[in-house]
Amino acid sequence: MIPEVGHALLIAATLSALICFILPLIGWRLNDRRLTQSAPMLSLLQLVFVTTSFALLITSYVTSDFSVLNVWQNSHSDQPLLFKFTSAWGNHEGSMLLWVWILTIFGGGLGLFGRRLPTDLRAVTLSIQSLMVFIFGCFVLMTSNPFTRLFPTPPEGSDLNPILQDIGLAIHPPLLYIGYVGFSMTFTFAAAALLIGRVDQAWARWVRPWTLLAWIFLTLGIAMGSYWAYYELGWGGWWFWDPVENASLLPWLSGTALLHSAIVSEKRGGLRIWTLLLAILTFCLSLLGTFLVRSGIITSVHSFATDPQRGLVILAILAFFIGTSLSLFALRAPRLKAGRLFDPISREGALVFNNIFLCASCATVLFGTLYPVFHEAFTGQKISVGAPFFNRTMVPLFLILVIALPFGPFMNWKRADGRALFQRLAGIAALAAIIAFLVYILTSDRPRLAPLGIGVAAWLILGSIYEPLSRYKVLAAKSGEHLKQLRRITRSHWGMTLGHLGMGITILGIVAVTGWESEKSALMKPTDQIAINDYILRFEGVQNIQGPNFTEDRGIFALLKDEGLVTSFTPSKRFYPARQMPTTEASLHTQGISQLYLSLGEVRDSGEIVVRFYQKPLILLIWFGAIIMALGGCLSLSDRALWARKTNKKRS
Amino acid sequence: MRRRSITTLLAGLLISSTVFLSTAAVAVPPDEQLQDPALEAKAREISKGLRCLVCQNQSIDDSDAELAKDLRRIVRERLLAGDNEATIEDYVVSRYGEFVLLNPRLNASTALLWGSPLLFVLAGLGFAVLTFRRKDAGADLQETITTPVKSMNILDHLRDD
Repeated sequence: MIPEVGHALLIAATLSALICFILPLIGWRLNDRRLTQSAPMLSLLQLVFVTTSFALLITSYVTSDFSVLNVWQNSHSDQPLLFKFTSAWGNHEGSMLLWVWILTIFGGGLGLFGRRLPTDLRAVTLSIQSLMVFIFGCFVLMTSNPFTRLFPTPPEGSDLNPILQDIGLAIHPPLLYIGYVGFSMTFTFAAAALLIGRVDQAWARWVRPWTLLAWIFLTLGIAMGSYWAYYELGWGGWWFWDPVENASLLPWLSGTALLHSAIVSEKRGGLRIWTLLLAILTFCLSLLGTFLVRSGIITSVHSFATDPQRGLVILAILAFFIGTSLSLFALRAPRLKAGRLFDPISREGALVFNNIFLCASCATVLFGTLYPVFHEAFTGQKISVGAPFFNRTMVPLFLILVIALPFGPFMNWKRADGRALFQRLAGIAALAAIIAFLVYILTSDRPRLAPLGIGVAAWLILGSIYEPLSRYKVLAAKSGEHLKQLRRITRSHWGMTLGHLGMGITILGIVAVTGWESEKSALMKPTDQIAINDYILRFEGVQNIQGPNFTEDRGIFALLKDEGLVTSFTPSKRFYPARQMPTTEASLHTQGISQLYLSLGEVRDSGEIVVRFYQKPLILLIWFGAIIMALGGCLSLSDRALWARKTNKKRS
Repeated sequence: MRRRSITTLLAGLLISSTVFLSTAAVAVPPDEQLQDPALEAKAREISKGLRCLVCQNQSIDDSDAELAKDLRRIVRERLLAGDNEATIEDYVVSRYGEFVLLNPRLNASTALLWGSPLLFVLAGLGFAVLTFRRKDAGADLQETITTPVKSMNILDHLRDD
């Protein structure tokens, strides 16, 4: 009964979406207020229907109703409750329903909170958003229905893929999807503005909060995925340039460019073409990512159950969205008036530079990821484009961007004083160079380029911190006035500062780990011990543990230093009988912002087991930086000036 | 996703402390590694650029599959025989095709790939210059006209805002 109700509600939602697409659009054309005013209500209706539908799917999971095919394929009665919950979206069908749900959350959100928008913009935006709900609703109902029944009902489920039975994997997809799907909102805003024929500063002001919201979640989602891969996969890597990882990075890169471009559009009316194109592109990249993961076209460790037929449908949907939006753009964009003039050396100019490099990075990753497909299509030969390519191309691009970054916030709109700029930042540059030099001297046995990387990260970090202090004259204030000046810094300014600071921190973490991490591996059996630097690692023994739906062989290790026990490690190997799959669980010990990492490998016939020990200096900074970036986004979002209706002259 | 257990270096050889090779990511079974640390480091470098053909997007350095082990062994044998990196890559490519190289070689068909970052930056700059050119052409006129005779442009205003 429950799945049928869920199914029916999904159908109802899809139909409501169709109505919500048609009616407000007609209302806008005919200037009928009643029809345009129906949009928020219908959007909320969609939200209620899909929320209930999704809740009912989750109920089926939690009650282990194996008569539902999807539940049988992805759950097990012995699974911990949390994972029964998360299994709902740990598969293709459930995750597509999640996708539709988030579409309705954003649509409903605009219905609820968009009262101050011009009526026509709100109506048309909701109409287009509903079109999306309709299309994806149909996709789910017709090709990926999670409510399909299975008769006769099997007594037990197939269990969720053991690798996905982890808290990190519980959080990662929802965060990521809110990001991906959140960008649908900017897409619909862009399409609506083009349709109406009005792309102005007011429009840009409305686009920004939604862009920020999606961006924050995408940042956190990617960071979570990276951290999960790091501790779960057992060998300490955190980014592999895997096609599916790239697929999540693409909308992030273009979304970041969009964020910045929208600022110029809002404050100066400029870069509207960039902003429109980026708004369209970012969501299309989200769709492309979805397509890549589910179609089987790319070899990846990350793919969902690959089904070329579904992939084709998604590709068709993608083609539809790209085709219609770009056609609309081609039709309407020439009517756009130019924005206000600016000098190349100005904040606008800096943001254009930023746009160019972020977009070039995005294009490079996209090109590299798809190249094997094109190459094979044209030459019949299969080639690989792997991590080495991406590292060699992205690092220089980002290096240039990061070096240029600290200048931006210092620049004035319209025209900036280049010379004064260099003078202001000369001190910071010198400081960064000193830091790099110190690092070089103090660690002379390490890779030579790494100190340079530290210097660049320091440049970004210090430059970001210095800017608000300088602009609000915190440092120059009289004694006792410092705090008062500090409090004057607006939230959106903090947002910018933290955003850039977070980037610098992440880069610092990346450089430190890449340059200075070390590994040691050995064959050990219980009571063996080895020396690693000034530690001693002793293998105490193995414990056999029975988990809820797995059996575990847990190794107990003691890490000693001259003073005594530093920590104990418990890396393990698990076996999940339902899926007959083994997993390896690493054991981590955090020392400040660095980590020690121990994991188990093969067991040899001699009874010895391969043990791998890693030292990862400053690695937590990678994800800490991402959190700071997201925090910056939240601060910007919470600045009421962002939502204010009137055009005020904001400070930054 | 594939689970792997990775086997690593024999402790006995790498005496105690500082014989740490600052290599990134994964380790290789202790009994597979070469005695000469410099040669071993080179083997690791080469391995990281070779794809494990039976895996989903991993290098032979990362993977535990039989094929990966075989290839790792081949790489090390060849290094010991005195081959250099290019020769070893050629050998592996002759047996498995270009697909096995994770780092695409620079040749006529991949020139576009390797040149793409620069091309994209130039394209971006070109786009920026073009849109500014367009702005420059109309902007001066706009700046001078709109200020004193604002009302005459009311239709423009309506369309713009």
